[in-house]
Formats: sequence, C-alpha cells, structure tokens
Amino acid sequence: MKNFGGRVLFLDRADINTDEIIPAKYLTEIAREALKPYLLESLNLAGFDPKRDIPGKQVVISRANFGCGSSREHAPWALEVNGIRLVIAESFARIFRQNMFNCGLLVVELPRDTIARLFTDDARGEMFATADVARGVIQIRAGAKAEEIPFALSDFDRQLVEAGGWLEYADARY
Amino acid sequence: MGKTVAEKIFESHVVDRPAEDVWVLRLDAVLCHEITTPTAILDLMRLGKDRVFDPSRIKAVIDHVTPAKDSNTATQGKVLREWARRHHITDFFDIGRNGVCHVLFPEKGFIRPGYAVIMGDSHTCTDGAFGAFTPGVGTTDLAVGILKGVCAFRRPQTMKITLTGELPQGVFAKDVILSVIGRIGVGGATNRIIEFDGPVVQRMNMEARMTLCNMTVEAGGTCGICYADAMTADYLWEHIRGEYPDKAAAAADFRKWWPDPDAVYEETIVYDVSGLAPVTTFGQKPDNVRPVREMEGTPIDQVFIGSCTNGRMDDLRSAARVLTGRKIHPRVRGIVCPATTKIFSQALEEGLIRVFTDAGFCVTNPTCGPCLGMSTGVLAEGEVCASTSNRNFNGRMGRGGMVHLMSPATAAASAIAGHITNSELYQASRIAKDK
Repeated sequence: MKNFGGRVLFLDRADINTDEIIPAKYLTEIAREALKPYLLESLNLAGFDPKRDIPGKQVVISRANFGCGSSREHAPWALEVNGIRLVIAESFARIFRQNMFNCGLLVVELPRDTIARLFTDDARGEMFATADVARGVIQIRAGAKAEEIPFALSDFDRQLVEAGGWLEYADARY
Repeated sequence: MGKTVAEKIFESHVVDRPAEDVWVLRLDAVLCHEITTPTAILDLMRLGKDRVFDPSRIKAVIDHVTPAKDSNTATQGKVLREWARRHHITDFFDIGRNGVCHVLFPEKGFIRPGYAVIMGDSHTCTDGAFGAFTPGVGTTDLAVGILKGVCAFRRPQTMKITLTGELPQGVFAKDVILSVIGRIGVGGATNRIIEFDGPVVQRMNMEARMTLCNMTVEAGGTCGICYADAMTADYLWEHIRGEYPDKAAAAADFRKWWPDPDAVYEETIVYDVSGLAPVTTFGQKPDNVRPVREMEGTPIDQVFIGSCTNGRMDDLRSAARVLTGRKIHPRVRGIVCPATTKIFSQALEEGLIRVFTDAGFCVTNPTCGPCLGMSTGVLAEGEVCASTSNRNFNGRMGRGGMVHLMSPATAAASAIAGHITNSELYQASRIAKDK
C-alpha cells in the first residue's frame, strides 16, 4: 500500500475537470512520467501558479465534483508522478474517483462544512494531512493545531488501495 | 420491486459481488481507441499478461489523431495496430475505414439492447441510446476488461427524465440535452444513469437519441439510456436480420430491456420541451446554458461541426440546409468533420460536401481532433469557436480559447453571420425562397 499524506495544496473551486488537471494535448504521451510538468496547467483559478504552487505538495483539498469531464486516467497519473496520492473533496466525479482507486490511490469525501473549515484553518498555508487507511481517519496538522477527522471507505475500495489497484486485484481473482 | 433498465442489465451480467455495493459484470464488448488503450497494452505487456479475453468482443479504432500528426501519435497508432494484429482482433478500424468511436461502433452494429459495454472514453455514454449500459472508464478498467472481460461498478442508481410536448422548429436534441444539463448542473447526475423517456424521445431517431445520451456525462451521469424499440430495430436491422424474422419481432424482443412499470428511480423529472428555444453555452462549464438570442452578436473566429455529439448524417443535413446557397462570413474559419467514413460517403452522395465547400467550409476526414484540441482546428489565445461538440472547458480546444456549444443549425447560421445567431433567421428566408 502507498503512503497518503503530506503538505496540502488547496484548490478553491468546485467542478475542477480533467481537462484542467491535464490538457488533452498531453495525452499523446504514453509514459506517465512525461505528464509531470503539465499538471493543472489549464486550471482556471485566480492566483494559482502550477510552477510555484505544486512543488512540495502531496495532498489536494478541493470542493465539489472534483475530476469531472473526461475519463482520462492521465489525471490521477499526473497527480501521482508529482507525488500527490491523496485528494480530499466534498464529492468526486464517478470515473475520476474509480480511476484513483484503480491506481491504488486514495480519494476521501468529507462534508461541505468540514472542507470549508479546512480552507479557513489553512490561512497560513502550512497544513499537513495524512490518511490512516487502517483506522479510517485523516490526521490534520496546521501550525499548533492538530485534529483527526474520520472518513468512510468501503471494504472494496480499501481492498483496492491495499492491493495497489484494480489490475492487481482482478488478476488475482478472475 | 420493479427494476430499471440498468438493474436488469446488472442482474443478467453479474459474475461476482466482492462487496455489498459492488457488482462485477461480464462485458459484451470492450471498445478501444489509440489514446487511452496503448498505455493499458504496455502495462499488460510489462506484467507479462499480454492477452485478450475474447478477440471477437474487442473492437478498436484509431480516431483521435488520424492521420498521425507527430512521432508520439504515430507510436500510439502503431502500438494499437500491432496489438490488434497480434491478438487477431478483426474489428480494427484504421484510417480510410475509421470514424469517431461513439459514432462508428454503433454504426457497425456492435451495440445492442441489453449489452454491458465499456470503453476508455467518457462519451461511451452515447451508446446507451440503444438500451445498453455503456459507461466510460479509465485505462486500468480498460486493461482489466481486455484481460478478463469484466468490470466493477457500484449499484446502479437511475434518474428518469421524461420529455413531453413538441420540439419547436429549429430546436434539436442538442438543445434539449444542453437545457437538461443547464437545469440539473454538471454534478446533477453523478453516479447515476439517466433514462430518457416520453413522446419526444419515442419520436427521435437513433441519431438524435445518441446526441441526447452523449452529453449525460456532462451532468456527471454514468450513461444515458433510451428504451430499445422499432426505431432501434430499424437502425440495427442489417446487423440483426439473421436473428429475427422481421423488425417487429426484434422490437418486441427488445422490450425485455425496458424498465418495469414499478421500477424505482432516485429522481424523476418531467420536462415539456414545447417552449424551448435554441440554446448555447456562455461560460466554461457545460451547465452554463442560455438561449441563443441572449448571446446574439458574440463574435466568433471558428465554427466546428462534427464530433460524437453532432457529426452524424442528420447533423450535416441540418447544417447544410442553413448553408445552401450562402457563404460563411469572411472572418470565420469553418471546419466540418463527418464522423465516419460511411457518413462522409453518404454526405458526398447527397451533395452536402459540395454545399459545405461552396459555403467556404473546410471538410476534413473523420476524427475527434478539433473537439479536444488534439490535432486539427486548435484555437489560439483569445479566439472563439462556435462548436457542435460537447465540452466548453477552459483550454478544451486550445489554451486561452473559448468554446460555445450549440446545435449544427445554430453553428451554421453563426458561421454565415460571423457571430452567434439563431438559425431561424436563415431557415425562415430559406422557406420563403423555396416557395
């Protein structure tokens, strides 16, 4: 199983789509690593600069319907090759959510109020979040503040994360 | 308790229930194209699992960048082509015989009522127009589908949208689905299937039903579903004539894939389309929808008619009806992209290609290219495209470009005007001229 935690990149907008996460023109790359420089290149978000804001981040926290649009698994891949293996949001588009688990990566849905509070708590831009998959909690650390937030993970999704992805799981089973 | 269409398909295809909420389904077909499949092929090769579950149930096409534009896309084509040969996948469609996957595969008769089908492409939801369960998936689901012929899904939740009334003149399936998305929002159908029902859908031919289902993913939907009927049997007839004595028998058999009268839906919406006017999008989300008249006069640089949403025969016919005997605005670049080789030939036969070229449009070979800024028709910073495609996302057709989604008739009228405008203007004058 992979590690899920680190410094948080906050993306304060709903409906961030996979074209914004990785534009279609880069889908001509067959190797996942080649996607690294282009993550969030087309993100429509005032003040966001991918070159400045992405390095050093291992977790994304965003609003509702994250990952809508295209089915491209290049979106989870582009996140992973940049060291981001955990996305926390109010809700996710179906295919993006499935693609993350299929890659052995983790998405966590938290209530709107909780997400809103995390955005506020991050005022100093130094939040760390770590998922403890076994216990089903997100450990948050922001300055002197620390807390644990429980999250739901279905047995099946947990098995995918533990197996390292759906290909590994399905090959062993079917 | 009655069942929805998807519940019937799930129950007839389930091979495993590894957890309470998970259904592993047997797949009737796994569809592939050259953008998302090569990585799956290379992953399988690296794992020593370069196998396919059943070559007759795998269909492949090169459609996104065709002809190849550079070494990367040439390599993607090569990986897919060699894989198809290696595994004796005979339903493989290369340049000259290809087309936009979601138009080509139904045209070949590969999508049947009651089927469970996946493809590594979000607009696979189009194929639900045949009364099938057809979700788009990512590359890992595709790799497992290729290897094992199965895919896992959560319990199908369905919402039903009943379309009533009469579509006004100049208003098409595209206007209907855009207004539906405008109403329910880009997350309004997330984790749900949309069943489209009602007299308006019953009157729609398969092309219009495909347009309707094509954009369900723009509301977050898993796929659209229309009930398979006489229209479906008629469209599929050349492919199913060996299985049924006549079309009526086929349509009667398809009824087993209709929902039960007491099926349970998450949500039911009744929508009277009689008052609907032509619509377009104004922002960078597909639910940013408003009437064309409110966008009247918005200057455009390019018009694109094509894609899996609107690149079929009726789409070309309705655009050509507006364009006949007219020239597009000198400042506008017009691109028409018939969705398949068969449609291209048919358009040639009906004289539509001539109408387009006389009007000043460029007619390209079948490809997905312009819709997602992959190969042809990329916009420059600050440019605006009136497009019959399905996504107006930031940078979709080129970095810094703006896309307005609309029907082929509205796109054709806008090409003539040089700005977004309603097709009624041109249709009215056409009717007057015909008299």
